[in-house]
Amino acid sequence: MKQLLVFIRKEFLQVFRDRKTLLMLFGLPIAQIVLFGFALSTEIKDSKIVVVDYAKDETSTQIITKIAGSRYFDVQQSLQSTAQLEAAFKKGIIKMAVVFPANFSKDLLHTNHATIQIIADASDPNTATTITNYITNIINTYNVQLANAAGQPLQIVPEVQMLYNPELKGAPNFVPGVMALVLMLVCTMMTSVTIVKEKELGTMEILLVSPFKPIYIIFSKLVPNLIISIVNLFIILILSSVFLDLQVKGSLLLLVFATTLFIVTSLSVGLLLSIGAKTQQAAMTSSLMGMMLPTMLLTGFLFPIENMPWLLQVLANLVPSRWFFIIVKRVMLEGLGFAAVWKEILILVAMCAFLLTISLRSFKIRLQ
Amino acid sequence: MITLNNIKKTYNKGTVSAVQNINFSVNKGEIFGLIGPDGAGKTTLFRILTTLLLADEGTATVNGFDVVKDYGKIRDCVGYMPGKFSLYQDLTIEENLNFFATVFGTTIRENYHLIKDIYVQIEPFKNRRAGKLSGGMKQKLALCCALIHKPVVLFLDEPTTGVDVVSRKEFWEMLKRLKAQGITILVSTAYMDEAKLCDRIALIQKGKILSIETPEKIVESFPVKLFAIRGGKAYKLLEDMRAFNGTDSCFAFGDALHVTFKNDENNTVLQYLDSKGHIGVSIETITPTVEDCFIRLLKK
Repeated sequence: MKQLLVFIRKEFLQVFRDRKTLLMLFGLPIAQIVLFGFALSTEIKDSKIVVVDYAKDETSTQIITKIAGSRYFDVQQSLQSTAQLEAAFKKGIIKMAVVFPANFSKDLLHTNHATIQIIADASDPNTATTITNYITNIINTYNVQLANAAGQPLQIVPEVQMLYNPELKGAPNFVPGVMALVLMLVCTMMTSVTIVKEKELGTMEILLVSPFKPIYIIFSKLVPNLIISIVNLFIILILSSVFLDLQVKGSLLLLVFATTLFIVTSLSVGLLLSIGAKTQQAAMTSSLMGMMLPTMLLTGFLFPIENMPWLLQVLANLVPSRWFFIIVKRVMLEGLGFAAVWKEILILVAMCAFLLTISLRSFKIRLQ
Repeated sequence: MITLNNIKKTYNKGTVSAVQNINFSVNKGEIFGLIGPDGAGKTTLFRILTTLLLADEGTATVNGFDVVKDYGKIRDCVGYMPGKFSLYQDLTIEENLNFFATVFGTTIRENYHLIKDIYVQIEPFKNRRAGKLSGGMKQKLALCCALIHKPVVLFLDEPTTGVDVVSRKEFWEMLKRLKAQGITILVSTAYMDEAKLCDRIALIQKGKILSIETPEKIVESFPVKLFAIRGGKAYKLLEDMRAFNGTDSCFAFGDALHVTFKNDENNTVLQYLDSKGHIGVSIETITPTVEDCFIRLLKK
C-alpha cells in the first residue's frame, strides 16, 4: 500500500515538474471553454432582416417602425411576397424575415388574436436564437401597450420558424462536446505517454525487475490521471457556468459518476495504445490521430449522427464519447435523471469493462 | 547461484541471432564478468536472466528459481542496473533513491550501510535532479538504487561505460566490498582492463562464449611467448612487423606492439627492423593481458 502511495506521489511530482504537460492538461480545457465562451457572448447588433407585409394596415406599420427603430435590426427592404424570401436567405444577406399575414389588424380586433411569422436562418444557431428573442420581446412590449390602450386583451403571437437547423444544435452543445473531447484526449494521451516514457527511458526495466507487481504499475499510472481529469471536469463546469451561464441542471453526482466512468474508459484506451507504442512520439500521435478524429466526428456534437451514412452511424456506436455526450446533454442541459440515461451508462460500463480487461491482460510483464 | 543451459535467443522472428548455446554458472559470492565488445550479446543475457526476455531455447535459473516459471520470485530478490541510465531524470537523487527503496519494500535507513560508501560521494548533491548529474554520479546513483533492497544477486550491465578512470576504480572497489557482504555479482564490461578484477570471466563474441576461466588462468593459458616491441615510428613499425614473415600476430597496444611469432626463437627480427631503417627498437618478453588472450581467441 505504501509502495502504491509513493508511486502515485512520484507520478504527481513528475507531472507538476513538466511545464509542457501541465500546460496541455489544464490549458486545453480552459482555452476551449473560454474560446467558445467569448465566441458566444458577443452581442448581436444591426442584424439585417426583411419584412413581408401582406396586411399593410395601421398595426403592422407600427410594429415595423418599432422593429426598424431598434438598434438590433436593420430592415433591408420590404418584399412583396414570401416567394422571394428563399432567394434572399440563400444569398446570405439577411438573417431573418418577418411576415405579416393579410387581415392582420382585422384578425386582431375581431378575434383578439393575430400571428406574425418569424423565419430565422438557423444555420448559425446562436445568432438565430438571439435575434428571435429580441424580436419576440419587441412584439411582446407592443402587445402590452396595445392591450392597455384598447382596454381589452389583444394578443399578437409571434410564430417562430427556424430554417436549416430546426433543432438549434450548437451553443450549449459545445460544453458536453468539449468535455468529451478534452477528457478523452487528456486521458488517453497522458496515460499512453507516461507509460511509454518509462519504456523509452528504461525505467520500466527496473520497475519490472522489482517486487512491485505490474498491475500496481498500471494502477499507479491511472490514479493520478483519473484525479487530474476529475479536476479538469470541475474546471470545465465552473468555467462554463461563469462564462457561458450554463449550469448543471440535473444531478451533479450523476454527472460526476458518468464522467468518472468515461474517464476510466479513456484511460483504458490510453493503456491499450501504450502497449503498441515504442516512443512517446508514437504514443502521442496514435492517441491524437486515433482518438481525436473519431471523437470529433462521431460524437455528434459537430455533425448530427442521424444524418451520416449508415456505416458511420454503426461506427459511431463504438465511440465511447458518443454515449458520454448523450448522458452529459441529458443530465447537464436537460436536467434529466438516471432513468433517462441508464441505457447509455450501461453501454459505457460494458465498454469500460471490456477495454480495461483487454488492456490489463495485454500489458506486458516482460520487454517483448 | 546463476545457471544457464544452452540458452539461445534470436530477434526479428529468428532472423537475427543474438546468443547461441550459452552455458555457464556463477557461484555464490562471486564476481563474474561477461567480457566482450558491443553487440556481443551481453545485454540479451542480462535481460534473459532478469526475466525481461524469454529465451528461444534452453533454461536458466537465478538463486534456484527458473527464469520463466518463477519470474516473480526472481524479481523479488535481484538487483538490476541496466546499461542505459534508467532513473527518473526529473526527480532528485534523494527522491529517486527513496522511490526505489519504497518500491522494493524497504527504506533508505534500513540498508544504508550497503550504499553508504557510494552514497556519501553523491550526498552533497542529493537535491539535484538526476538528469543534471555527471556520468559517474549517475552510475553511482543507479548502483545505490540497485543495491538499496539488499539483493541476493546483482546484475550490472556495463556499469562503468562512460565513467572516468578514477570513478571506475572506485566503482570496482565498491563491488569488492559488496562481494564481501555475500552478494553474487554478474557484471558486463567492454573494458578489458576491468576483466582482471573479476573472480571469473566469460569472453563473449557474436553471441558465443569463447572461454570461461579465472583471469589468471586465461592469461596462463596463452600458448606462446608474447613480445612487446617499442621504438621507431609507430605506424611504420606496425606495418613492417606485420609484413615480417616470422610474425604470427601483431597489434598496437598503447605505445607498444604486442607480437607473437610463429617460432618463439626469433633472432632475426631486430636485424630485419634495422634493415627497414628503424632506430632504437627494443624487444622484451611480457606477460599477456586478458585482452591479448581475447584477441588471440577471436583470431581462431
